[in-house]
Amino acid sequence: MASVEIDDVRKSFGNHPVIKGVSVAIEDGEFVILVGPSGCGKSTLLRMLAGLEHISSGEIRIGDRVVNDLPPKERDIAMVFQNYALYPHMTVADNMSFSLMLAGVPKAQIQERVKPAAEILGLSSLLERYPRQLSGGQRQRVAMGRAIVRDPQVFLFDEPLSNLDAKLRVSMRTEIKNLHQRLTTTTVYVTHDQIEAMTMADKIVVMHDGIVEQIGAPLDLYDKPANLFVAGFIGSPAMNMLSGKLDEADPSRFVTGDGIVLPAPPGIASARGKELVYGIRPEGVSLGGTVDLKVQVIEPTGSESQIVALLGKTQVTCVFRERVMLQPGEILNVSIDPRAAHLFDAKSGMRLTD
Amino acid sequence: MSTTMENGKAAPRPGTSMLMRLTESRNGLGLFFMLPAAAFLLCFLTYPLGLGVWLGFTDTSIGRPGVFIGLENYQWLWDDSVFWMSVFNTLLYTFVASVLKFVLGLWLALVLNEHLPFKNFFRAIILLPWVVPTVLSALAFWWIFDSQFSIISFVLMEWGWIDRPINFLGDPNNARASVIAANVWRGIPFVAICLLAGLQTIPQSLHEAAALDGASSWQRFRHVTLPLLTPIIAVVMTFSVLFTFTDFQLIYVLTRGGPVNATHLMATLSFQRAIPGGQLGEGAAIAVAMIPFLLGAILFSFFGLQRRKWQQGGAD
Repeated sequence: MASVEIDDVRKSFGNHPVIKGVSVAIEDGEFVILVGPSGCGKSTLLRMLAGLEHISSGEIRIGDRVVNDLPPKERDIAMVFQNYALYPHMTVADNMSFSLMLAGVPKAQIQERVKPAAEILGLSSLLERYPRQLSGGQRQRVAMGRAIVRDPQVFLFDEPLSNLDAKLRVSMRTEIKNLHQRLTTTTVYVTHDQIEAMTMADKIVVMHDGIVEQIGAPLDLYDKPANLFVAGFIGSPAMNMLSGKLDEADPSRFVTGDGIVLPAPPGIASARGKELVYGIRPEGVSLGGTVDLKVQVIEPTGSESQIVALLGKTQVTCVFRERVMLQPGEILNVSIDPRAAHLFDAKSGMRLTD
Repeated sequence: MSTTMENGKAAPRPGTSMLMRLTESRNGLGLFFMLPAAAFLLCFLTYPLGLGVWLGFTDTSIGRPGVFIGLENYQWLWDDSVFWMSVFNTLLYTFVASVLKFVLGLWLALVLNEHLPFKNFFRAIILLPWVVPTVLSALAFWWIFDSQFSIISFVLMEWGWIDRPINFLGDPNNARASVIAANVWRGIPFVAICLLAGLQTIPQSLHEAAALDGASSWQRFRHVTLPLLTPIIAVVMTFSVLFTFTDFQLIYVLTRGGPVNATHLMATLSFQRAIPGGQLGEGAAIAVAMIPFLLGAILFSFFGLQRRKWQQGGAD
């Protein structure tokens, strides 16, 4: 186990910069998730950590060693690939013990290490099978087993669940988190799925376009998104965004572009006169109040009702714990808790509320 | 789809003609469509092969229809040292050339699979020896191996390594080495391009996983690349061995089997005896004698080509 320090790391492919100065400090034993949309550079960053991509500038330290120029095999890391990258011509047992075999570990000792790993992952009965004879979830487990057997300093996961079906993804999520709690090995995990990030991480690094947008605990990111990008990316359904301004006379009133008045969060009088974006999460809206919504679509999920409606001319999404029985086109009265609202500067996209 | 299609035959309806029923039945129609191909194969493959085998049991010569003489041709060949020399030459030629083609072809494929500048240009150029008609390249080699004007001899003499031109095609062992070299030069592109295609089917992530697992580049080749390439190696080398074993053009242009039969292969000897020598029966017998060897090569590949255990099971 070791801490990982990523210090102002940059990467260009030719003249095209993909990582534009990223710094992340990962503590020993932490489960850190790099999340962001496709092409944000999160996988490239992970591959640089693994030593599969050259670092253009900056420094990566694993433990107290600078690993910039170390080949992958000397970094003492294990990686789980998106397509699992199992050796098709080796049995599950051989796949898991390949690295030990290369390291010249005696056979008996290899057995000793493969066996418990296989037990943890429920692979004991599959050890003599070939990857082709396994299901997607089993292959995924073998890939993790291969990493566990190594007992590395750091685990790297590159979108490991994206090839699985929705149900299996949920159960593997729990399994991976469980595994981390058991092994407490430092883990860096890449995904584009913010639910995965929210549910599994100790710390989330939100990346966008080669830079870090925000680093923080899942709920901090949810409660206090640093900018419009994070606000829109974290949370499902996504946060509703309305552009407008504070009322010149009364800064506790936010007026949208359509002239609708919403309660502004407290303590932001200084933002008067600026072009602003008002953000409210679907869960921040409650039934009964003075704001009129024109219902468009109702999606009951049983535990809650999700309603897509028009607020002025802007489409918003609300989630209520109550069951709402309405027809499309009807008017729904709701209220918004000003403390649940977020204000962002429309120009810079930065958060103004604290 | 209708159920009749799935059952493979239509329920006979009263009043339909034989032809109607044939065209409506899946098997009947299939048989019908296969007829042209079957006729073609029968005329141009089965008949000549059968005729060749039959000629081997006769004493036919040019201008005189022969009579059946049983195994006399083969008895005669059994005591014929030139025939045994050609068998030895063919085996030597096939073995050495195939091994060299495999090793060099694999090496070339590995090199071309790396990130090289002008990669596509090199990949295209490497096919040239294979694209040029054999006779043309054989003629070129004939000049390269000329006893007086050989470029190799010339260069080596300029460097002062040798005093007089090498007698490439005049000395038995030199001649064998020369024709093998020419065959290898011609055969490498086929092996290299096929293996290159095979290499590109191996996912990059397997190499990366192996690198992370601590494999050196030799270990990655030994434990990942080579095992995953074996199915393709089996196919390519089977074809390569068959082509080499039945080689004719190169030898015929370069040496005509000389000097003193030192480079006669079974194919060239068969032609030599049958057409210029006029002994069709004997020539045919030599050609038929190649069949067991070719069958052996095919059987070898059959077992080599069998799907390995790791290739079986569910799809990806």
